[in-house]
Amino acid sequence: MKIVVLVKEAPDTYGERTLSLETGLADREASDRVLDEIVERALEYAIAYAEKNEGTEVVALSMATDAATASVRKALAMGADRAVLVTDEALAGADVSLTAEVLAAALTHIGFDLVVGGDQSTDGAGGVIPAALAELLDIPQMTKLASIELTDTTVSGTRATDRVTTHLRADLPAIISVTERFAEARFPNFKGIMSAKKKPFEVLTLADLAGGSDNGAGTTIDVLSAPRAIMTEISAKPARAAGVKVVDDGDAGTLLAEFLKKNQLV
Amino acid sequence: MPESTDSAVSAEDFVDILDGLRQFIRGKVIPLEREIAEKDEIPQELRELAKDMGLFGYAIDQEWGGIGLDVVQQAELAIELGYTSLAFRSMFGTNNGIAGQVIEGFGTDAQKEQWLAAIASGEVVASFALTETGAGSSPASIRTKAVKTADGWSISGEKRYITNAPSADIFIAFAKVINDAGEAKVEVFIVPSKTPGITVGPHDKKMGQAGAWTADVHFDEVKVGDDALVGGKPGIGYKAALTSLAKGRITIAGLAVGQAQRVLDESLAYATIAKQGDHVIGDYQLVQAMLADQQVGVSAGRALVLDAARNYMNGSDTRVGPSVAKLYCTEMVGRVADMGVQIHGGAGYIRDYPVEQIYRDVRLLRLYEGTSEIQRLIIGSNLVKQKLAEG
Ligand SMILES: Cc1cc2nc3c(=O)[nH]c(=O)nc-3n(C[C@H](O)[C@H](O)[C@H](O)COP(=O)(O)OP(=O)(O)OC[C@H]3O[C@@H](n4cnc5c(N)ncnc54)[C@H](O)[C@@H]3O)c2cc1C
Repeated sequence: MKIVVLVKEAPDTYGERTLSLETGLADREASDRVLDEIVERALEYAIAYAEKNEGTEVVALSMATDAATASVRKALAMGADRAVLVTDEALAGADVSLTAEVLAAALTHIGFDLVVGGDQSTDGAGGVIPAALAELLDIPQMTKLASIELTDTTVSGTRATDRVTTHLRADLPAIISVTERFAEARFPNFKGIMSAKKKPFEVLTLADLAGGSDNGAGTTIDVLSAPRAIMTEISAKPARAAGVKVVDDGDAGTLLAEFLKKNQLV
Repeated sequence: MPESTDSAVSAEDFVDILDGLRQFIRGKVIPLEREIAEKDEIPQELRELAKDMGLFGYAIDQEWGGIGLDVVQQAELAIELGYTSLAFRSMFGTNNGIAGQVIEGFGTDAQKEQWLAAIASGEVVASFALTETGAGSSPASIRTKAVKTADGWSISGEKRYITNAPSADIFIAFAKVINDAGEAKVEVFIVPSKTPGITVGPHDKKMGQAGAWTADVHFDEVKVGDDALVGGKPGIGYKAALTSLAKGRITIAGLAVGQAQRVLDESLAYATIAKQGDHVIGDYQLVQAMLADQQVGVSAGRALVLDAARNYMNGSDTRVGPSVAKLYCTEMVGRVADMGVQIHGGAGYIRDYPVEQIYRDVRLLRLYEGTSEIQRLIIGSNLVKQKLAEG
């Protein structure tokens, strides 16, 4: 069983997060960069599975600048067997569709039985990469799962929404995305940290991927045509307006209830 | 200054280890501090996490299943561990420190083989049983004795204040043996806690460090084999005790620095939020003066511990430096914690604020592994001895 986990670095949600108003990109200097929490949960699943099932290989795959090396290495410290980082200047500011194409090409290059990603990142919050990959690679997708069950040939899982719980099953190879219902990630232990630097860490450029391999959909990656989504304008969020103050003249309860109702908070 | 560079853990790896530990402490341990204090217990889950992390064997050689940090790295780790409740560190303190070091430094290969991997993984908890009534500062005065039997030893005596005794799997127990010349010499034995004749008393009600347990340990004709004698032959015990304690002093000093840093951070946070009149109290210069004194203590302490660790590691000072660092840092953290309470005003006397706990917790650091008085005696007597030796 080969499980590829899509890992992504994101600004630490505990810190201040800012976008550069000039480029529209996340300001990397402004906050600590860490593995996105949802990605850590995806990794935790894969690593815990590998611990219980001999012969499982866990590969961490990321498309990022090489500044993300330390974060990707954390995946190795947690227990992934090897890492692949796709990095290329031409990918700066890549939009969702270009990112998906590159990841699809990388996944084809690596080979996989199961691809696991987070349902959406805490920074971009697009949440469409797994679906886009399913399309490009022509494999089944099961997104936003609360739990999964993996056998040698199938993956099944549940998706819990407000009103219903859906049970899903797909044949492998497949791609899934996990939600915060998945277990919190472990802290890498000291031995894991020490072994991380000895594990294979493959760095690929677009040229490496274009050469011989395709994006899975039968076409080669056309960087010149990308990115296709263009940011036209960016502006800072307006400062928060003062809140509503409810003064209690005996009817505060009613006023509060009305406020909550009006704003559809109940 | 000659510095050993052959640590088993590369500088690069150590940066990541320290960073990982910092995240673990801040993300996992600090949120549990209140629970540890109120229940007087380390949650089982946290114990398991600490085991998995490698914390029970960070000071033990890789050859024996530990992480193998060198002394400077251990000191840095201690500073980080000192940032949270000292009870947390105490849980694995004896494995890495005073108890584990006796086996690693003085045990036979068979003893290392038998115990160290289990100690490093946390599967076995090792306690260091030296202190007795009337034999704390003066360990040479212990009255526990080990008598030779046909196939081993019979140990009898009373130990007190033994850290981790209630959870111990083995005791590193010190006892007197009459040698061939008729002299009583301190020896040390590895005694499994389940051996008949051992009783561990109820755990002591302490001033601080709730969650870390100490107790009396009674040895009543406890029979162990010849292989229980550390080092396999007599003449090792006293040296093992002193060596293990000396190295441990660097760790205690590091913990003190960590606690002082925490008090400073808590004090600074409080001083920049709490107001009197229209001002945050940090605006008042008398409060700033306390913050300044805290910072000076932390900075001086940190530099001193790391310096002592370097000198210990390169062999240039294994005796005076650790005592200097322990004496200064543990007294420093007492003053820093006192100022921390003062900066918090009434809040500093209330359990909800970490400084209240730290004020009590750090008091122990001046007592165990050699009181402040004993450190002064070690430093002073060695200075005079060295000078006299120079002639
Ligand atoms: C929470 C806790 C945990 C402990 N854990 C352990 C453990 O795991 N294993 C273990 O073996 N022990 C342990 N101890 C014991 C500890 O090491 C001793 O309590 C300490 O060494 C002091 O010894 P004492 O209590 O007998 O005090 P004493 O030695 O009686 O000291 C009383 C006072 O007399 C002073 N004094 C004593 N002798 C001299 C001297 N020659 N010159 C000047 N002043 C002197 C001391 O400095 C002190 O101020 C622990 C103690 C505590 C409180």
